Formats: sequence, C-alpha cells, structure tokens
Amino acid sequence: MTPVARNRLFALGALLVAGAGLGFVAFGNIGENLVYYWSPSEMLAQGEKAYSATIRLGGVVQPGSIQWNAEHTTLHFRVANDANEGTASVLVRSTETPPQMFRDKIGVVVEGTYDASGVFSSNRLMVNHSNEYRAPKEGEDPNKWRETLSEGTTTASTGTGAEAR
Amino acid sequence: MNKLIKWGLPVVGLGVLAAGWWLGLAWAPPDREMGDVQRIMYVHVPLQWMAMLAMFLNFVAAVTYLVRSTASWKLDSTAEAAAEVGLVLGALGMVTGAIWGRPTWGVYWSWDPRLTSEAIMLVTYTGYLVLRRFVEDPDKRATWSAVVAILGAINLPIVWFSVRWWRSLHQVQSSPKTVDPQMVLCLRVSAIGLLLLTIAMLIHRYRIAMAERQAEVALPEALPGHGPAASVRDTPKVA
Repeated sequence: MTPVARNRLFALGALLVAGAGLGFVAFGNIGENLVYYWSPSEMLAQGEKAYSATIRLGGVVQPGSIQWNAEHTTLHFRVANDANEGTASVLVRSTETPPQMFRDKIGVVVEGTYDASGVFSSNRLMVNHSNEYRAPKEGEDPNKWRETLSEGTTTASTGTGAEAR
Repeated sequence: MNKLIKWGLPVVGLGVLAAGWWLGLAWAPPDREMGDVQRIMYVHVPLQWMAMLAMFLNFVAAVTYLVRSTASWKLDSTAEAAAEVGLVLGALGMVTGAIWGRPTWGVYWSWDPRLTSEAIMLVTYTGYLVLRRFVEDPDKRATWSAVVAILGAINLPIVWFSVRWWRSLHQVQSSPKTVDPQMVLCLRVSAIGLLLLTIAMLIHRYRIAMAERQAEVALPEALPGHGPAASVRDTPKVA
C-alpha cells in the first residue's frame, strides 16, 4: 500500500470511529445513566432507593419557603420541580452559607442525602443561573437582594417532609 | 512576513479587545441578578469561542493532511499551531469560568456535563501535543497526531451540545434574544478583538512550527538523538 493510500485509510478509520463515538454519545441514551441531578418528583419516585446515598437534587426554590435560622445558622427551603404552584417539592436543610444569588424561584442543585424523615440534608448548595442577562429595571439595585435573606425570613425551622403533590 | 500582519494584527486585536472590555466594564449595565460579577462574561465567553474555533481548525488541518496526496508540512504546522493556541485559550476559559462559578453557582467546580467534557477536551489536546513531542520522525508524527486530532475532535460537538443534551449546572447557550443589546455589543466587540489576537497567535506559532519542520527535513542529523537521515515520505523537500 502506498503511503498516501495508507494515510487516507487512517483518515477514513479515524473519522468512522469518531463519528460512531459521537453518534453513540448523542443518540445512545447514555444520558439516562449520566444524570447530573434528579428533580424532586424523580427522587421521590425512587422511594427507599434514594435514601442514604449521596445524590444531587435539582429544581427551583419554592417561593416563600426560605427559612433562615440565625441562631443555629441553618437554612431550610423547599426545592420544587418548577416555579408553578402545586408541583412536587422536597424540604432541604443546609448549614452552609448560600451563594449570593440564592433566593425564591432561582434554580438550585443540592448535593447530600435524603432519608426516611423526608428531609434532604445538603452539604453543598449550588445555584444555577439561566441564560438570560438583563439590565436592572428602573429603580432596581442588583446588590440589594443580598439583604433579603437576613430580613424577615428568620424563623424557627419547620419540619414538614416531602410533598409529592 | 508582512509587517502589517506581524505588528498590525496584534496591535489592532489588543485595541479592539481593550475597547470591548472597557465597554463591558464601564458602559454596559450590570446583570439584574448577578450584579457586576456578570461582566466576566466578556472575558470567559470569547475565550471559549476562540478555543473551539482553534480546535476546529486543528481538526480540519488534520483531515486535510491525511487526505492530501503529498505530505504538506504547512497543514501539519497549522494543526500544531491551532492545537497549542486552542489549548491556551481553553485553559484560560476554564479558569475564568471557575472564577465566575464561585460567586454565582457557589462552587468553582462541579462534575457537570459541560465542565467534565471541557476538562476531557483540554486533557485530549494536552495528550496530542505530548504525542507530537515524543515522535521524532516528522512524517510519522504528522500522521499519528492527525489521527489523534480526528479522534479528539469528537469531543468538540459534545462540549458544545452538552448543556442541551443533558442536565447541567452550566446554563445553555445565550442568544441575542436572552441578552440585553448593550451586553451583546460588548460581547461582540470583545470576541472580534480576541479573534484578531487569536489569528495573530496562530500565524506566529505556525511560522515557528514551519521553521522547525524545515530544520527537521533539511538537516535531520542536526536534531538531538537522530541517526541517519529521517525517512521522508514522497516529498523530500518542504511542501
């Protein structure tokens, strides 16, 4: 075989392998085994299988559910499937300082464990931002929401567990 | 080389990039949710775009090298230059992404699909460059590394679509519809500036690679650890 033919064979082989690999990743449903996080309804559907293993739970902070206990520095909030009312949600307890953008209706991913008491103990709280970038509206100060956590939401923790509605 | 390209391109590129960043820092509004932290977008996003562009150039040069009927050192040098420049841009893009991630996500790093595929991409092209250093015969080096370049390139669409195919911490691509016009303008100016700089870097690195190839092919015995003349495929002189 001439070197040219050999090189073309190499090119063909490499392209075929690359194409097959890419096709497998794109259409091979490996996403089902590589889920970065579970939504609340998915986690609740797992039943006891979700208990005690370290998992990630992702969703939206249910509006009005944030409760910050300044005395014990614990944060409770509910992670819901989406911002609509009445979707499945899970109570999360975190002892970590939340990221600055943490607030009602924002996307969150929490890492930790879930158990029979129906409370998800988070040891890592992450906020995910949407792909929208907007200027502040009239009279809005983007630095202001930092104060919203310390005001008003300081109450004793509540103990309701999972709400799969 | 044309002086205009050698000096004009990097100077104009730096100027445009400086203008874009200045606009982004001083003129564009902050994001209503993130505040001023969002301004790192004008650094992070152009870096990642240009890294992808350079890696794609590497892929095109590798395929063309293998398909052509004569060994083209120009294509081999283009591939080398593109991989190296792309790796620098991609690494900087990852670092700026981590710096952005800490105040917004709360973490520098998480093994989400986008971040993981990006890490694999950087490791792949590091391996590509290591392979090139290990192989002394320029002919074998060009062929072997071209095959690695093609295999490594499957990751490029994976990196790009990872945020659409799978759930991730990283948000999906923005578009002018989801970004305010002032921010879009800053992003575009910064990206054009970095594009010019990237082209300048590519040209510079390409010329170094070509000089190396010429030395290797013309004076193989002058290279360290090399015995008799290296076997050069079908064109003994530089193509």
